[in-house]
Amino acid sequence: MTTSIAAPFKYHSPDTVEEASGLLSRYGGAARLLAGGHSLLPLMKLRLASPEALIDLGGIDGLSGIREDGDELHIGSMTTYAEIARSGLVAERAPALAEAAAEVADTPVRNAGTIGGSLAHSDPAGDLPAVVLALGATLVASTAGGSRTIGADGFFTDFMATALGSDEVLTEIRVPGGGSGSAYAKLANKASHYAVVGVAAAVSVEGGVCTSARIGITGAGPHAVRSPQAESALVGSTPTAAAISSASQLGGAELAGQFNEDIHASAEYREAMVKVFTERALTAAFARAGG
Amino acid sequence: MTTATSIGKAVRRHEDPRLISGNATYIDDVKLLGMAHAAIVRSPHAHANILNVDVTGAANSPGVVAAFTGADVQEQLGSLPAGWVLADMKTPNHPPIAFEKVRYVGDAVAVVVAETPQAAADAASLVEVDYDVLPAVVNAEEAVKDGAPQLHDDAPNNIDFEWEVGGGDYDAAAAEAEVVVKQRMINQRLIPNPIEERGVVADYNRATDQITLWTSTQIPHLVRLLFAAVTGHPEQKVRVIAPEVGGGFGCKLYIYAEEVICGVIAKLLARPVKWISGRQEGYQATTHGRDHIADVEMCGNRDGTITGIKTTVYANLGAYLSTFAPGIPTVLFGFTLGGPYRMPNVACKVYGVLTNTTPVDAYRGAGRPECTYVIERLVDIFSKETGHDPTEVRRKNFIPKFTDGHEVSTGVTYDSGDYEPALDRALEMLDYGAFREEQRKARSEGRLIGVGLSSYVEICGIAPSAVAASLGAGAGLWESSTVRVHPTGKVAVYTGTSPHGQGHQTSFMQITSSELGVPFEDVEVFHGDTDKQQMGTGTFGSRSVAVGGTALYMSLQKVIDKAKRIAAHQMGVPLQQVSYESGTFYVEDIRERNMSWGDVVGEAYSAKNLPPEMEPGLEAVTFFDPQNFTWPFGTHIAVLEIDQDTGESKVLRYIAVDDVGNVVNPMIVDGMVHGGVAQGIGQGLQEQAVYSEDGQLLSGSMMDYALPTAEDVPTFELDRTVTPTDVNPMGVKGAGETGTIACSPAIVNAAVDALSHLGVRHVDMPLTAEKMWRTIRDAKAAQSD
Repeated sequence: MTTSIAAPFKYHSPDTVEEASGLLSRYGGAARLLAGGHSLLPLMKLRLASPEALIDLGGIDGLSGIREDGDELHIGSMTTYAEIARSGLVAERAPALAEAAAEVADTPVRNAGTIGGSLAHSDPAGDLPAVVLALGATLVASTAGGSRTIGADGFFTDFMATALGSDEVLTEIRVPGGGSGSAYAKLANKASHYAVVGVAAAVSVEGGVCTSARIGITGAGPHAVRSPQAESALVGSTPTAAAISSASQLGGAELAGQFNEDIHASAEYREAMVKVFTERALTAAFARAGG
Repeated sequence: MTTATSIGKAVRRHEDPRLISGNATYIDDVKLLGMAHAAIVRSPHAHANILNVDVTGAANSPGVVAAFTGADVQEQLGSLPAGWVLADMKTPNHPPIAFEKVRYVGDAVAVVVAETPQAAADAASLVEVDYDVLPAVVNAEEAVKDGAPQLHDDAPNNIDFEWEVGGGDYDAAAAEAEVVVKQRMINQRLIPNPIEERGVVADYNRATDQITLWTSTQIPHLVRLLFAAVTGHPEQKVRVIAPEVGGGFGCKLYIYAEEVICGVIAKLLARPVKWISGRQEGYQATTHGRDHIADVEMCGNRDGTITGIKTTVYANLGAYLSTFAPGIPTVLFGFTLGGPYRMPNVACKVYGVLTNTTPVDAYRGAGRPECTYVIERLVDIFSKETGHDPTEVRRKNFIPKFTDGHEVSTGVTYDSGDYEPALDRALEMLDYGAFREEQRKARSEGRLIGVGLSSYVEICGIAPSAVAASLGAGAGLWESSTVRVHPTGKVAVYTGTSPHGQGHQTSFMQITSSELGVPFEDVEVFHGDTDKQQMGTGTFGSRSVAVGGTALYMSLQKVIDKAKRIAAHQMGVPLQQVSYESGTFYVEDIRERNMSWGDVVGEAYSAKNLPPEMEPGLEAVTFFDPQNFTWPFGTHIAVLEIDQDTGESKVLRYIAVDDVGNVVNPMIVDGMVHGGVAQGIGQGLQEQAVYSEDGQLLSGSMMDYALPTAEDVPTFELDRTVTPTDVNPMGVKGAGETGTIACSPAIVNAAVDALSHLGVRHVDMPLTAEKMWRTIRDAKAAQSD
């Protein structure tokens, strides 16, 4: 079949997160949340996804917006890429996130697609998963019974799979504070503009020495991952160009044997590009950290 | 008198306000009372015997009107024809709905008709087809080998035709030559992407037995002719309407299965039927372009003189012959293999090969981009081998200026040419010397930049009919016009050409307004309806102004001639004393004795005092068949930077100096060059249709097929030289395809130039980041060995 018409589905527009979660429970895994839809609807039109129902989060008040909460930046899950990309607060506090949001697809997609939709979809080539890993963000998952937080490190579990329970709604992304510098660097797929390889880096420097480094990688493997070997190589060192270059050679070392391969890029190329873009992201992040 | 809308002025496009404001009628805007919707069930296998097709479930699905298998409509649907027939060519049967065997992913196997598109799509998924899957072959070179899967019983080794053209004696020239360079070149398969996909609405009138077919096509009259041939429905009872057509680039230049399927089903059901292609469906079921595997060589002397070119091409035709397919890799490829150069010896052999892929036919440029690519890449390789600057080798070998025809060794005669000024102008715009200096500096900084040239000659103004027929064309390639002056003096123009984005209305209004001296807005141009327009051929091969515009020009002269005779009669002077200028007929030397355009037109229709024997009315029809093709030319230059860490290429500058003869609307010509160059950059850098070995189209959507976007193209720097043709009275050559024809070799030449110090001699398109990264890595490794 080569249809461009989705299979029939029911449509719900709940007013509250509790109601949305209740609907998820009721459909027992046969419903999908609609949070922008720029990934889900194309799959449905090709009938690669045929959910029984769509539960539109667009009518729920309070899921959108960017605010400071003490040291943290709290971003509602229904905040669009465009809002994030033009937020002065995000540009100042988490430039990697602003950069990544500005590089997602094109203007119409950025005006409709949301951070929560992107993270919960966990596309292996999505931009934002790498960024929340690097920033050490915390994700808030809510049900009718209450909320819990999930660390970004434990959120992306497999190819298009996350730690969200079947009735949980991702409601907020909390980015921790701290005087770090961050950046996102991406080799875009020329067709889809998804990441062939995308690397986000967040670093802290004190007295000329790197005190923390987090690297998130997307596009390269089955889901977004951190790169602990490259991170460890940097912590405690003086982030000279040579040190960054040397540490970048360990970028993606943990993905050995798992690099994606498709018509756009071989595993070998992705492995090499992770190193190149790790170096680019780190260089920009250290520059911002004043390192 | 020249006005703001005369020939040669950059008049804003008359059609754009409606096209961009949502008020135009594209195919999906056609809605008829009682209209049903068709969904086509397509083969998921590249090659399989059909054991059984069961449409019972689909037929019983909610909202379904009917479901048909190929066997159900076997009686009503003949084979889709090949309209270009070469000597000793095979013409395998091409059923619009397959019923014995499917031969590519996307081959139609059933059609479901329902009350809504949604119900049709739902029901289509319920059609059950039992397939006996067969081995498939997608590569033309592999397909001709013994033991390869066989598509059609009547085409052994999948070879549809072997075709040759040449001149001189290449083998003797190569034996004598001081230098022979050889290279294998792949011209990858592309997928045309008009912004509007194909679509059809068919209506049957039981009272009159008339079928009306709205279809998104470049060739309404040929669709009518071929529809009648395939379905047996009499041609005079078929009306084909091409409404606004949102782009074509060649892929809407054929009779398609869906056109005959919808027409026949509308008749069987006696209700209107609509089918609209989705983008992914179009990727499978609308023709592709290019797909050559070529072994090519060039010979010559150490002083930079080129003496010959030889090509052996495996041209992938796909699973069946599309309407013009055999003519593209042969006639439109081989005859210009000498390019703009003195090329005394040419040898060209082409194998047309059937494979388990979507049929391949014309895509903007159609054979000429493939030809130019081979020549211009070889010229660069030859320049490198002989140690000469590529600009100087081109200059040294150009055919000197000619104005009244130049016969080249393949036997065709170029109309007019003056190749050096276009090269000079392009080099001046670039500042070639300064670029080489910048390149040296960049290399010392570790940056990779390069410049690539492409000097070309193309065949345009497709016609003349007798020549085209001798080369295989199944239809006359003349063009027609009617000029109908209304009693109020307003003018209706009817053209057999069929625009799909080119701005014909504007250009034809300019021609009419200029020649008749009537206001621009008093002219209306009609096209795309076989019941309104006299027989026509359509729009392709950059022919509309050169052939169709000339037909219009000639009708306008006929109208003026008749009007002058009326004026002379009314004013009581001999015809030769009457002049016409800007809406006034006057007696020479006595300008106060005159009649206005409106008065003369009024006399033509009142008919109360016409010259003896003269018929009333003011209308003229012309069928124009030129004596030669037209041969535009020019030089394009690309400047490219390659990121040596990632292999990504960026076009820094793009300069195009074209010579398309006289120009009717320079803004429209610039726009066509922009679009063509963007497509050429797409082919050069990133587009490619990729099949798996078992025939699945892996680049099956825009998520995987890398069309260029605004960020992939630079600001275009354009100029023109003007060398009119004497093939037609306006001296116009045609400008629709220069971009795709000239561009891709300029891009690759620039990339190879950027890497030449690393010993890189050739890279096949597309220059993807990974391919360039590997090329750089391997070249550096080879240098350090």
